[in-house]
Amino acid sequence: MNKIRMKKNINKTISLIILSFLALLAFIPLYWMVVTAFKEPSLTLKFPPEIFPKNPTLQNFESLFQRKEIFRWTLNSVIVAGTVTLTQILFCAMAGYAIAKKKFPGSQIFFWIYISSMMIPKQVTLVPLYIMVANLGMINTYWGLILPSIAAPFGVFLMRQFMLSLPNEILDAARIDGAGEFKTFRKIVLPMSKPALAVLGIFTFVGEWNSFLWPLIVTQTSEMKTLQAGLALIQEEVPMEYAYLMAGATYAAIPMVIVFLSFQKYFLRGVTVGAVK
Amino acid sequence: MTLLKKIWKNKSAYFFVLPHFSLFMIFFLIPVGWGMYLSLFDYSVFSQEFVGFENYKMLFQDKLFWKALGNTFLYTFGVVPLWLGKALLVTVLIYPFRKGIRTFFKSMFYLPHVSSTVIIAMIWLWVFNPNFGLLNYFMKSIGLDPVVWLGNAATAMPSLIIMQVIMGGGSTIVLLSAAMSSIPEYYFEAAELEGANSWQIFRKITLPLLKPTILYSLVMGTIANFQTFSNIYIMTQGGPEFSTLTVAYLVYETAFKNYYLGMASAMSMVMFVILVGLALIQFKWLSSNVEY
Repeated sequence: MNKIRMKKNINKTISLIILSFLALLAFIPLYWMVVTAFKEPSLTLKFPPEIFPKNPTLQNFESLFQRKEIFRWTLNSVIVAGTVTLTQILFCAMAGYAIAKKKFPGSQIFFWIYISSMMIPKQVTLVPLYIMVANLGMINTYWGLILPSIAAPFGVFLMRQFMLSLPNEILDAARIDGAGEFKTFRKIVLPMSKPALAVLGIFTFVGEWNSFLWPLIVTQTSEMKTLQAGLALIQEEVPMEYAYLMAGATYAAIPMVIVFLSFQKYFLRGVTVGAVK
Repeated sequence: MTLLKKIWKNKSAYFFVLPHFSLFMIFFLIPVGWGMYLSLFDYSVFSQEFVGFENYKMLFQDKLFWKALGNTFLYTFGVVPLWLGKALLVTVLIYPFRKGIRTFFKSMFYLPHVSSTVIIAMIWLWVFNPNFGLLNYFMKSIGLDPVVWLGNAATAMPSLIIMQVIMGGGSTIVLLSAAMSSIPEYYFEAAELEGANSWQIFRKITLPLLKPTILYSLVMGTIANFQTFSNIYIMTQGGPEFSTLTVAYLVYETAFKNYYLGMASAMSMVMFVILVGLALIQFKWLSSNVEY
């Protein structure tokens, strides 16, 4: 018995070593970003580099915030990601509920259109979408940034998968009690779907905050850029000023790290809602 | 008549679908169709002329397009197996630990996932810096020569692949862990009592039962990596010597730098067809002999 125990302990130790090594590989670059951000700019050209900074400084953040556009970009990201998230939660919950729980002519067709469109690469809609948004006069506007993102199909698929698991008895009971369709949706379906709504909301917000290709194309002036597109702009302007760049990257990453840490439970359980079958 | 009646009876259901579906129609479905149509036009700043399949013909004679296609396959088939392998390894290794340790590792692997591709690309541009970067410092300290990671046509693509594998996999690990914890524990216990070793347990129990999740991750991962754009845009712009030029980046350059919109649409259609083909192959390959 003791032998088996010892073997198990050895196995666990080896597992821990491999896991720590892999986790560290991914963590070191993030650590390096933060450390560089707090370094004196001239120290980035020092060799060998300081692994633990001796004299951390806020200098890089000060010069970053002197560039007032940074706040405008942040505001744009908040507006775009926030609007897309709230609208997606509502619209996807509605569509997902109807497709999952109502047997109406065409419900299966809707489902198949949504699920198969998830396989279509972004590049396919990119050019026509650009021409369309240009014709609608929405280039370089919030509308142009927001509307195409709300149209993304994934949320409907996610909500449909979740709504399937809602017990029919409760929905039927509400109907028998004389609650109308909208009242049932508002008073029963939405409250029961809170975990799924949270997951969809968090994922949409993080995804929109981090999205790059569409904002890059649809914005033209600096004041309409989102934070990601703005960062890319800075990267092009001063590709060698690493301390400054890492301060910018740290600044843009912090909100998402906070979101992650506060909703960790949803992230770690959430990915699985709807994914398996 | 009965169909119309049925539709009328369910009018509230259509009303529920309508808000999202109308936006989806305008900003997704119509653009997809329009993209197919555009790919048949010589559509640029100066002309909008119907040319039939001329764009496709030119495309398949274009060496650069073939190069980009090759690079995209190299990147996808480099990243996806390694990244999925890493995710599987981590999933199996954390399984026996108690919940706290599992959560800790899952969080660690998920963390890079909430940072944007732009941020990750900026960090690694700094890590890869030939003179002052962290990686070459490490190379020197173990006695190896420094490498110009991204400035060399032979190492640029492998560098990008390794970076992606190191940073990626977080959400797949969470997904696979959830699937694995739904496997009844006595399966493993019984196998152990029968004297099966870890590898046999993995091959005969874990892998087959995780198959649906693996298939889902494989298809989604292939689709995502086939469209790699942001890290190319920030880090290499397709160079050096076009060694990191991906189709997604070429579409961007063709459409928004050179304004050959028809040609760019044709490229994206080729991408689409290839992805559908790959997904079908993966389904065929993996969904055979899935047993429950």
